[in-house]
Amino acid sequence: MKDKRWIVTGLVVFLLIVLFPFWYNRGRAVPPPEVKLTEKAKAEKECVLSRDYMKAEHMQILDLWRETVVREGNRIYTNPKGREFVMSLSNTCLDCHANKAEFCDKCHNYASVRPYCWDCHIENPKEAR
Amino acid sequence: MNKRYLFAFLVVFVLFLAAGLGSAVGLQWLFGVVIPYAAVIVFVAGFARKVLNWAASPVPFAIPTTGGQGRSFDWIPQAKIDNPSGGWGVLLRLLFEVLTFRSLFRNTRMRLKEEKIAYQLEIFLWVGALAFHYAFLTVLLRHTRFFLEPTPGCIQLLETLDSFFRVEILYPGIQFGLPAVYLSGFVLLLAVVYLTLRRILIPAVRYVSLVSDYFPLLLIFGIALSGILMRYVTKVDIRAVKELTLGLVTFRPTVPEGIGAVFYIHLFLVSVLIAYFPYSKLMHLGGIFLSPTRNLRGDTRAYRHVNPWNYPVPVHTYEEYEEEFREKMIEAGLPVEKELAEAAQEKE
Repeated sequence: MKDKRWIVTGLVVFLLIVLFPFWYNRGRAVPPPEVKLTEKAKAEKECVLSRDYMKAEHMQILDLWRETVVREGNRIYTNPKGREFVMSLSNTCLDCHANKAEFCDKCHNYASVRPYCWDCHIENPKEAR
Repeated sequence: MNKRYLFAFLVVFVLFLAAGLGSAVGLQWLFGVVIPYAAVIVFVAGFARKVLNWAASPVPFAIPTTGGQGRSFDWIPQAKIDNPSGGWGVLLRLLFEVLTFRSLFRNTRMRLKEEKIAYQLEIFLWVGALAFHYAFLTVLLRHTRFFLEPTPGCIQLLETLDSFFRVEILYPGIQFGLPAVYLSGFVLLLAVVYLTLRRILIPAVRYVSLVSDYFPLLLIFGIALSGILMRYVTKVDIRAVKELTLGLVTFRPTVPEGIGAVFYIHLFLVSVLIAYFPYSKLMHLGGIFLSPTRNLRGDTRAYRHVNPWNYPVPVHTYEEYEEEFREKMIEAGLPVEKELAEAAQEKE
């Protein structure tokens, strides 16, 4: 039948579109990105907050820091363990994690996240100075 | 209170709990790998079976909807899209139906207005349906970032467009808006809430609504809600999530540690939706293309549609009848169309 040919063609096209990720990635292994820690970061052992928190929710604390510094003028953050940090992306975060390309960008690119931090902050303030 | 939507709600709630509890007691492999694979298999097989079944079904009657003047004399303008008489017209009608829901736009409500019947345009269902479907499409396309590495540029563009509206709220106790707010997710949630409430609150619509209407709506509500929760409230390690999803599509399934329960709830509800899809009213995705009201030409006056079901019935026409009984009819004095001599002449 004439119609049947069209219907089957349509069905095949639809299923190809739906299963696109399967045949596009066929025979390919996509290992997750390995984040590189600098020697300084390794020596510190723990970031401002716990590892799990930083993995999933670091944007929250960066947001909070920005708010506290810019709106309230308070630059000192005390973490639950009582340790004090200067709230600064460029001077505190990037002090340990000086390797943005090997650290921040690895996961951001992987997950297709484009944070606007770098619209204002320069990548490596230490070198630029 | 109505048993139908309560039942649908209860089922979704139980599914929600099942995934939450399952991931809590260490059934990550089941909810993260086994069920999603099973769901995709059921979807593909079920979808193909349904469509092939439809393809094998004959169309007994020509029942195109005639939403305008059909083809007639040259000097009568034809509604070429609403009542197409050719293949291209049908294609356009189908395209506009799929992309803009024209038949839903025609939805009117009859009211008595100053003792006269008036038909009012009932536009909210159309708006709600458009918002729902396009938001869902956007959300679906955005999710391909979890299945493709690197994420294609067009998907990144879509993400940028979708998140152009920055909403960031930061008060003590409330922190919202990071990562960037995707409008489509919230439009989807609002639209599905509207479509559900419409079914529950309007008595006439409630009367015709079944569990199979409420269940997908509530399921999609659960999916949108868990997705939004996961993105803006109880965040998950997105790198681990992509590791899992990419593992699924590259047939190297892994279950990385440290993914929160919300992800497994989200994934499980999506799996249920995918598996349920071919057996539900959601099959209007494929069905719209196979609707005789949409894909037949409005040419019933020009061509006879023969029902393929018609059984070959042996008929005995009047001519054959007269041929058989001519002599006896003349003997009995009945009128005949052809006299004996005339018939004999023709036979020679």
